[in-house]
Amino acid sequence: MDWEVIRFSFFHWESIQQVYPLLLDGWWMTIKLCLAVVPLGFTLGCMIATVHSFHVRMLNYPLIFAVDFFRSIPPLVLLIYTVYGLPLLGWDVPAFGAVVVAFTFNSASYYGEIIRAGIESIPKGQMEAARSTGLTRLQAMIHVILPQAVRNVAPDLTSNTLELIKATSIASVVALPELLRMGRVTQGLVYNATPLIAVAVIYLIMLWPMVRLLSRLERRMMSSR
Amino acid sequence: MSDTDTGRATGRRDPVVEALDIHKSFGDLEVLKGVSLTVDPQELVFIIGPSGSGKSTMLRCCNLLEQPTSGIVRITGEEITAKGVDINLVRQRIGMVFQSFNLYPHMSAIGNVTLALRRVQKMDAAAAEAKAHEALSKVGLDHKAQSYPSELSGGQQQRVAIARAIAMEPEVVLFDEPTSALDPELVGSVLEVMRDLRESGMTMVVVSHEMRFAEQAADRVIFMDGGVIVEEGTPQQVFRDTQHERTRSFLARVTDH
Ligand SMILES: Nc1ncnc2c1ncn2[C@@H]1O[C@H](COP(=O)(O)OP(=O)(O)OP(=O)(O)O)[C@@H](O)[C@H]1O
Ligand SMILES: [Mg+2]
Repeated sequence: MDWEVIRFSFFHWESIQQVYPLLLDGWWMTIKLCLAVVPLGFTLGCMIATVHSFHVRMLNYPLIFAVDFFRSIPPLVLLIYTVYGLPLLGWDVPAFGAVVVAFTFNSASYYGEIIRAGIESIPKGQMEAARSTGLTRLQAMIHVILPQAVRNVAPDLTSNTLELIKATSIASVVALPELLRMGRVTQGLVYNATPLIAVAVIYLIMLWPMVRLLSRLERRMMSSR
Repeated sequence: MSDTDTGRATGRRDPVVEALDIHKSFGDLEVLKGVSLTVDPQELVFIIGPSGSGKSTMLRCCNLLEQPTSGIVRITGEEITAKGVDINLVRQRIGMVFQSFNLYPHMSAIGNVTLALRRVQKMDAAAAEAKAHEALSKVGLDHKAQSYPSELSGGQQQRVAIARAIAMEPEVVLFDEPTSALDPELVGSVLEVMRDLRESGMTMVVVSHEMRFAEQAADRVIFMDGGVIVEEGTPQQVFRDTQHERTRSFLARVTDH
């Protein structure tokens, strides 16, 4: 083993000094992507779960089909459809927008299923009490059911969010200049893999607090049962 | 709106609740086989009967939490089973109190009371809070306004649930076994609130096994069995001068312990 070669290939600090602005750009793009996709996916997921829980057959069948579709299709395939397909269909959406669309639908189908399980965990009496005071079904959902449902499935939601953030790195394949993409680009500039190590470290710093949060939520749920 | 107005104009003598020949089936199971119930203003009507006799279902038909298979329900003269009635508007006028309280666990006591005031009656925050404090005072729990349901005893939770119902100023409150889930030593406080409510002139329909309370407070007692009303009258008539064998054996069973 030639330690000097390993050091140069993977821990070449000088390379990072040279390209860190590009890595920061990539990091910022990843942040922006997450700030768009997490709330959008979550909100759409809440809407899907809400509609689902109303048991309107005419809405539920198409909904189940759509959710199944987005859950069975690999996110990368979906990404390629939206990034290269939407412009073909005449919607001149920038790559960022196309990526957001893909991840929103993909993640919403997962968020939706999780929240649906949460809604089903709420005793029937909650909806009845709310309706008995004159709240509409939708109002009862928004003010009474969803807040409790979301709390009950907080660990699954956090875990899903974690997966989603990690999955945004797939956008590097369609040339969106997010963190992993910029890692690959700068790797080509400095002729060593140190930027990819830096990328891993940045992901770690970004996601580790969420991982901690997740275990705390899981422990809290365990003890409250 | 005009429907309601005419209903109220002629309404002084209109019954608050008028349910006519209510049938209700769940699939093949006919739970209500033609039950009629009339409740006059300021009346306290007590419904008793064995488990599964359809008491809860009857009560829930009165605010359409359960849709009757057939029959008509009128609230202060307005037919709420008619097509095109905004049931959410009607339900503001019918309070309901449940056996398991059904307080919203993620909201404080006052949050529980203000929710419908804000979202249904569209009051502003200050007005809703004032109203809620007033309702909580009536059940003796204004000092617990900021407490969450998990921080309250069962009796206190049920009193908050009563406050939630009466804050809307309903014309009638339906109680479905309000004390059945309570430890015996907590029952008294809830019954006391119900007694106060009756004194203040609230119209009430109560499903309960608290026979002593029925004797003291009810204007009328209805005994249901097998989806029909078997016997009906003043507490004196039903408890002392019982006419039907089914009523007698039921009363013997529940007053045993
Ligand atoms: N949503 C429902 N679906 C199917 N069956 C139901 C439903 N609700 C009630 N039932 C049935 O209707 C019958 C009457 O129920 P109900 O709750 O009205 O009785 P109850 O007199 O209130 O009894 P209890 O004293 O046990 O509360 C029971 O056999 C019950 O199983
Ligand atoms: Mg019942």
